Amino acid sequence: MSNLHLADITGDLEQEPIRKGFGRGLLKAGQLDKNVVAACADLTDSTQMSLFKAEFPDRFVEIGVAEQNLATVGAGLAAMGKIPFVSSYAAFSPGRNWEQIRTTACLNERPVKIVGSHAGVSVGPDGATHQMLEDIALMRVLPNMVVIVPGDALEAERATLAMAQDGRPNYLRLAREATPIITTDKTPFEIGSAYVYEKGSDVTIIATGTMTYQSLVAAEQLYKDGIDAEVVHVPTIKPLDAETIIKSVKKTGCVVTVEEGQVIGGLGGAIAELLAENYPAPMRRIGMLDRFGESGEPNQLLEHFGLDAKHIRLAAHEVTDRKNQN
Amino acid sequence: MTTKLSTTKLETIANDIREDIIRMLEEAGSGHSAGPLGLADIFTALYFDVMNHDPKNPDWPERDILLLSNGHCVPVRYATMAHAGYFDRKELKTLRKFGSRLQGHPERTRLPGMETTSGPLGCGLSQACGMALAMRMDGITNRRVFVIMGDGELNEGNVWEAAMLGGKYKLNNVIGIIDRNNIQIDGPTEQVMPLEDLKGKWESFGWHVLEVNGNDIEAVIDSLQMAKAIVEKPIMIIAYTIPGKGVDFMQSDFHWHGAPPNHEQAKIALHELRTLGGKIRSEHE
Repeated sequence: MSNLHLADITGDLEQEPIRKGFGRGLLKAGQLDKNVVAACADLTDSTQMSLFKAEFPDRFVEIGVAEQNLATVGAGLAAMGKIPFVSSYAAFSPGRNWEQIRTTACLNERPVKIVGSHAGVSVGPDGATHQMLEDIALMRVLPNMVVIVPGDALEAERATLAMAQDGRPNYLRLAREATPIITTDKTPFEIGSAYVYEKGSDVTIIATGTMTYQSLVAAEQLYKDGIDAEVVHVPTIKPLDAETIIKSVKKTGCVVTVEEGQVIGGLGGAIAELLAENYPAPMRRIGMLDRFGESGEPNQLLEHFGLDAKHIRLAAHEVTDRKNQN
Repeated sequence: MTTKLSTTKLETIANDIREDIIRMLEEAGSGHSAGPLGLADIFTALYFDVMNHDPKNPDWPERDILLLSNGHCVPVRYATMAHAGYFDRKELKTLRKFGSRLQGHPERTRLPGMETTSGPLGCGLSQACGMALAMRMDGITNRRVFVIMGDGELNEGNVWEAAMLGGKYKLNNVIGIIDRNNIQIDGPTEQVMPLEDLKGKWESFGWHVLEVNGNDIEAVIDSLQMAKAIVEKPIMIIAYTIPGKGVDFMQSDFHWHGAPPNHEQAKIALHELRTLGGKIRSEHE
């Protein structure tokens, strides 16, 4: 086991929506630095900006349902030395305002902090329109943009504090549903670092966001199957921690990626690009396979789309078999 | 600017800026002619009279801010900045060339004094609102954010999102200027996508609207000074300009929106500008 001070995932874990950690982190960041400001597009409670708004009403801007304005007002605030966190649902920001983010934040080098909540199919009953799956791909392709997908609420809190001190445009992806808390107050987080949450030698499972917990559960099951899986948690998809990832795949010789979003251009795409150029290995990408979601209960949808420990386990078996046949 | 320049002097500067615009565009072989020529008087008024700024210290914290939302008109800004002393006029010939600080559309990070990166339309007013909100949070009341927009640009939804926000927060240190020249790429604005009643639209969004002849420097200065005195609302100045102003064959012809002059056309244009449309004999002949 690593020295990352993780919770014992075989026990009963506390659960909390990842976005709640963002809300606490933003409040703390605001207490630490008066230049931290916030703007929201009519979803202040949903995106958990309400804590910040209550304590710092004069540093909060209600934009209304206008995501293009959300991003560009953010760029204007950043131009004056503010550290603006701007939030909405990920389907709308960065879903609707991509060009504004590209020009006024990324090319213009203004440190706007885009916070997209309710990402992934686990949004549930709201259906495909609101289940953002393409945000990682959209943000990852932008020069100067940092892409962060925390694995639980505690990590989201740490990530938010780190974002407030990062001079670049950032994207923070959040999920709606309660997610098991797998880290503790002592677990490290740095922008740009990947972490080996479970050491193993037979297969590398690379996961981000809500799927890291599922991957740890899969690793437990795989251990019983006689496969020693290594789980690498990647909370920063860009810049990618190439060293940690390549080192792990060199050791295990095969890899499964897991994310709650499109694998095309997502974490799966990023890892495939990295390994194809550096260390090709048998690989399976778990995520949304070029399709949209639909209405349903979160767990029902995760199972339906193959985004759970059961499917991760099967994929790990498959790549391990392919490695052993070579 | 500490000493006020006479209107005659300002008109001469605007004419020099127009000559430089023609030379730059001819050298570049691409770019927009009509808009920059039409805006020369407004830029002269801003940089040589109205704005608090320091060409030797572009990041001066007390400066007024000017955003050019319709980035394609940037040749007029480059030429004006060079005349104001931000950089040497010789650099104007590098417009749109590889390695130049004078990109085809303006990039903040390449040129000191360029307050934002623009080109994709509709994003300037909202950045101005963000800047004004930041100033309010910091208790700053002595700085202004000027933002120039094209009229065709007002087709963009983002503009009206910003219009609502500016009206809501009564951002009285935002002074918008609409370059109302009635043309856009596909033709006359009122055919492509009608904007009228333009004044009524802005007033209904909570803005104080002023109208001015944008090619009359003295009137532009008066209007901008009046805008500074209005405190209860954000201000939008509808500046009526002649696209291609100063060059007869370019004036009010939408084909010149996105085209540069060739060598022969540039010669004719420069002659016309030097002789003020034939009114005087050019010293250069």
